[in-house]
Amino acid sequence: MIVIIDYNVGNVKSVCNAFEHIGCDAELSCSPEVIKSADGIVLPGVAAFGYAVNALGNLAELIKKLALEGKPLLGICVGFQMLFDKSCEYGEHSGLGLISGNVVPIPSEQIIPHMGWNLVKPPKDMDLFNGLDKEKHFYFAHSFYADVADEQAKIAYTDYGFDLPASVQKANVYGTQFHPEKSGEAGLAVLKNFAKICEKEI
Amino acid sequence: MLTKRVIPCLDVKDNRVVKGVNFLNLRDAGDPVELGARYSQAGADELVFLDITATIRSRKTIVELVSEVAKNVFIPFTVGGGIRTVEQIDELLRSGAEKVSVNTAAVENPDLLSQAAKRFGNQCVVLAIDARRSKEQTEKWQVCVKAGSQMTDIDVVDWAVQAEKLGAGEILLTSMDADGTKAGYDNELNKAVSGAVNIPVIASGGAGTLEHLYDAIINGGADAVLVASITHFGNYTIKQIKEYLASRNIAVNM
Repeated sequence: MIVIIDYNVGNVKSVCNAFEHIGCDAELSCSPEVIKSADGIVLPGVAAFGYAVNALGNLAELIKKLALEGKPLLGICVGFQMLFDKSCEYGEHSGLGLISGNVVPIPSEQIIPHMGWNLVKPPKDMDLFNGLDKEKHFYFAHSFYADVADEQAKIAYTDYGFDLPASVQKANVYGTQFHPEKSGEAGLAVLKNFAKICEKEI
Repeated sequence: MLTKRVIPCLDVKDNRVVKGVNFLNLRDAGDPVELGARYSQAGADELVFLDITATIRSRKTIVELVSEVAKNVFIPFTVGGGIRTVEQIDELLRSGAEKVSVNTAAVENPDLLSQAAKRFGNQCVVLAIDARRSKEQTEKWQVCVKAGSQMTDIDVVDWAVQAEKLGAGEILLTSMDADGTKAGYDNELNKAVSGAVNIPVIASGGAGTLEHLYDAIINGGADAVLVASITHFGNYTIKQIKEYLASRNIAVNM
């Protein structure tokens, strides 16, 4: 069973709907016991970074501990950004620090937010893109991005006038800046891969 | 490269999708749950749901309907109509929306944009502007509120610029003069606004032909085009629209 962290932030329902649609056993919860018993954790989010971190509160430490112990973790959008060290969206805020790097504003020569469908070329060795051999469009909606500084992290990029990290994998910690739950068939395939990772099929 | 978006819009009244001309003479266009699912599968880039019910009624009905539509929509889903508070935004996001669009409430209380952006991020906050051409001045447009029924003295371009500063992450720009006419978007309006802000602008109102969509992107500077009449009633499919845009060298998600 996959637990989608219910921390009163953003589009948790969309993530549930998507897992339900692909026939995956997923539960929305904020109970530490349920989270501990899960095969994998999804940290969703449509929120400003600071608000999301505050809303996550004590669950942050638990999620970090479980991820360090090897439980698969998927962060989506601001949930992805929270995997990093810190962000400067509306003030400076600390993240979970599971992947080295900071969350910084998209350079202002681009239209901000980066909003819409952009191409991601899946690297062969990233589990989330297993079976997706061609480049695909995914849906992005964000004004800040993760400037990844972690040498152990594998990164898939999209082009937004610069190489913008679209997805990152570091051991059992996964993240997508795009919204897989809202990226049509390609996005559902990414979520299916995460479900397989949790079931140790990948 | 970021693609240009084709976004069907469901104007919803009494649980049915409707479409009128210049905001009047509404015609039934089907069931929102069914249409939403169909557009999601047909390759639409996003879906917009606007509650245009004229009378004030329970928010609960709308929230329930949004949840039902969201169950089968795996593309971004924006909901608008009658939203006045951050709590209402939260409720809609929890029901399956990714973004919300605000209009009248933001005009009356611009701080709503800042509050919403601070809590949900500006990518979540769409400012809807219903614009009407000024009768006194050329190349000027005035903001209309309350489902287009009330014209204000606010200049559309000024309001768009201010809204961006306050925290709006996108502008849904509807030309009331062009809406439902199928005579083409008001690209002078689209250009005036898209040239003044650095957030995406969705052109809305007036699409009748495939060329109109191309014009809104190329001549209006729009990042996305809203469609209703031309797709609801079967004139064009999303696929036909995208194939056409691609044939004219516009990057689309196909």
